Amino acid sequence: MRELLDGAEAITRGARAAGCNFFAGYPITPATPLLLRMLRDLPNLGGIGIQGEDEIASIGMCIGAAMTGAKAMTATSGPGISLYSENIGMAIMGEVPLVIVAVQRLGPATGGATTVAQGDVQFLRWCTSGGFPIIALCPSSIAECYSLTQHAFNLAEKFRTPVFIATDKEMMSAQQSVDTNTFEHIARVERALAPNHGEFVSYYTRKLADIPAFSPIGGAHLTRFTTSMHDETGMLTKKPSNVNRTSRHLYQKIVTHRDELEFVTRDMQDGATTLIVSYGITARSMWQAARDARSTGKRVSTLTIQSLWLTPEKSLCDAMRGVSRVIVPELNFGQYRLEIERVAYALDPRPDVIGVNRVDGELIEPEEITALIRE
Amino acid sequence: MSEDSMIPGISTYRFPDRPYPFCPGCGHTLTLEHLNTALVKLQLDPHKVVLVTDIGCVGMSDQYFDVNAFHGLHGRAVTYATGIKLVNPDLRVIVLMGDGGIGIGGHHLLNAARRNIGITVLVFNNLIFGMTGGQHSVTTPHGATTSSTRFGNLERPLDICKTVAVNGASFVYRGAAFDKDLPDHIADAIETPGFALLDIWELCTAHYVPNNDFSKGALLQTIQNLGLASGILQRLDAPELARAYHEQFANNQLPITQPQSIEIKFDSALTKTTRIVLAGAAGGKVKSTASALALGGMYAGLWATQRDDYPVTVMTGYSVSEVILSREEILFMGIAKPDILAVLTPEGLAQVPRQLRAMDESQTVYVVPELTERIETRARKIAFDFSRAHPTKKSLALMATAAIVRHANLFPLDALREAISTGQSTDIAQENLKVVAASEFIL
Ligand SMILES: Cc1ncc(C[n+]2csc(CCOP(=O)(O)OP(=O)(O)O)c2C)c(N)n1
Ligand code: SF4
Repeated sequence: MRELLDGAEAITRGARAAGCNFFAGYPITPATPLLLRMLRDLPNLGGIGIQGEDEIASIGMCIGAAMTGAKAMTATSGPGISLYSENIGMAIMGEVPLVIVAVQRLGPATGGATTVAQGDVQFLRWCTSGGFPIIALCPSSIAECYSLTQHAFNLAEKFRTPVFIATDKEMMSAQQSVDTNTFEHIARVERALAPNHGEFVSYYTRKLADIPAFSPIGGAHLTRFTTSMHDETGMLTKKPSNVNRTSRHLYQKIVTHRDELEFVTRDMQDGATTLIVSYGITARSMWQAARDARSTGKRVSTLTIQSLWLTPEKSLCDAMRGVSRVIVPELNFGQYRLEIERVAYALDPRPDVIGVNRVDGELIEPEEITALIRE
Repeated sequence: MSEDSMIPGISTYRFPDRPYPFCPGCGHTLTLEHLNTALVKLQLDPHKVVLVTDIGCVGMSDQYFDVNAFHGLHGRAVTYATGIKLVNPDLRVIVLMGDGGIGIGGHHLLNAARRNIGITVLVFNNLIFGMTGGQHSVTTPHGATTSSTRFGNLERPLDICKTVAVNGASFVYRGAAFDKDLPDHIADAIETPGFALLDIWELCTAHYVPNNDFSKGALLQTIQNLGLASGILQRLDAPELARAYHEQFANNQLPITQPQSIEIKFDSALTKTTRIVLAGAAGGKVKSTASALALGGMYAGLWATQRDDYPVTVMTGYSVSEVILSREEILFMGIAKPDILAVLTPEGLAQVPRQLRAMDESQTVYVVPELTERIETRARKIAFDFSRAHPTKKSLALMATAAIVRHANLFPLDALREAISTGQSTDIAQENLKVVAASEFIL
């Protein structure tokens, strides 16, 4: 079916398809369209959509709802992520499945509300205290807004952790003609529930990297949730062996699955010595640049990253091996380039990593990229 | 003997072998014992009870009760409680927080009262921050000595009860941890369907007592001196939010918006990708016109994108929309060099100097007559002729766009009509179809 859709609508449908039944948010450009659509749809599907008094309340309600068994989502932009920060840490600590859509706009603080940017890429990675892993997916097309939203819910459920969908003003609100028949429907991952009978210990895992079974507040078992460092029963602890286990559990439960968390699209050309790597809205500049370059006989490969965090190291290594130049277009000062340089460091010979960066609120012109592609 | 009466009652909701961690004489111990007594009195199923604790010494409280426990961030307990209650209105959600939590999270308290969400908030009000070392809080009396007000507190205390009462709380009570009848009031609050708050005054024996020569008597005297009322201060019977929400939508399902399928019904003669910019003013329906243009292209079998640019203001300033129509999938959505630029208003013109400069002889600027002289470009310039049709502020963008569709032979005008008829409500579509008809006279 051919439709004219924006990212907000595709993310809303993706959330619906994933079984999202709770949304709380606070209006902020350019994330507001998502708030409005979720509040429009959820009540009709037996879910709950509410506007919080601020971002802190919104994410707080989502966390309370998620621990009561809901599949919760919230959406905001940079200023709101700042206010979410402490609660994101709590969602990591308390092992809360939660999807957070981060719709980037330009600049620090209030910045440019209606202006496209990708300046929050590292901010999302290090958005809270403690230095624990974060998962962030990043769509570059309307179809990916739909599919990655479902993946985001699935990962949140599977790993019991907050998962970002990192997007931007243009992906959110620009409309594109799409064939929705080609949209990918992802099998739903449901939260692993503790059996109704038998003993239940809120944060018990047999192995360090296992995910604790879930029992909703008000369900078959008495549950304990905590924002504080805890033992497996959910009680506060300072005992080094307990602290060590919980810290390492929160780290390992994600990092040991890094292979499953790599989402990329490769478009490799034989004999190409230039690779372009990008994500989100700038991937579209990259795709056009590759199309233009190839039409003039130049050879170039592209790697589109859909999983910004964890860094898809294996895919990056594979794609960079054998190329002499890696071009990284971004609407920031080169935040993800840092990751690519870090990964490239392990390669011998090591390719040159070159950024194409804009921070003026305009998109990167494909010509700015093609100019750097060698034969 | 009936089966019911054979079930032994619950004699405590506490873990039997876990003594409280509080300082000797700390009011928290008393208040929690009253809470336990209230729960025993109500004989609630522990599975249906959630203790949501804030931060501070009081934040440790949930660990001593064998019910559902949720220990959250400083000041935010009310937000989690709200989320829990919304999802499961059958739960008894009890928030335990200090006067510190009231200070940092006061905003949530106001809104919980205003919404009348059915949670019970017990404020363990010891007039000071216990855990962090005796700093003053929002309820510290004027003149009191704390570690952050060594020369006497210059600030005045917040009346928590009045604050939530005036904002619509269903149940408001003020008392002290020493009150013998406190369990009854706690039980009363828990049984209240709407938002209930108990402001329970306590001694912090580690900080407030030694620094202010404080005692039980002095505490009760302070309540009086401050002119604060005690006892049940408000009881209202208003709809509780979580139930109201579920009821509203249980009885009142709105239709889910259906996706709009666009069937190819027309042909387009367009061969090369065409980038179109409409530069107008806010309130001039530029965005909805651009949508109709993109949809029209789709009805004629083309790929389309639409990007909008506008300032943060709503009804003033510029509104610029970009539409790309193509035979192949559109990857890059930017337009540095338009094939067609429609200059509709001075606000729009001010936004497109770079595009005007970039355009060449193969491209076209369509412009309203009064701005023709102000356009500097190498592109072909074509002025609209408004002698036979007179667009208004609201119809200009569409009339101009319809004229361009025909003039530039983008696709059949019927495709645009189809987009208008299917994409807009009937009244608006009727008006807009008249505008499309009039477009014939302006180019
Ligand atoms: C965001 C944040 N700021 C500051 C703190 C540090 N902190 C811990 S307890 C506390 C005050 C607690 O006082 P109160 O709520 O009255 O509880 P009490 O200790 O008296 O029981 C503060 C400020 C924190 N945990 N989180
Ligand atoms: S510091 Fe104060 S509030 Fe904390 S346990 Fe001691 S007496 Fe109670």
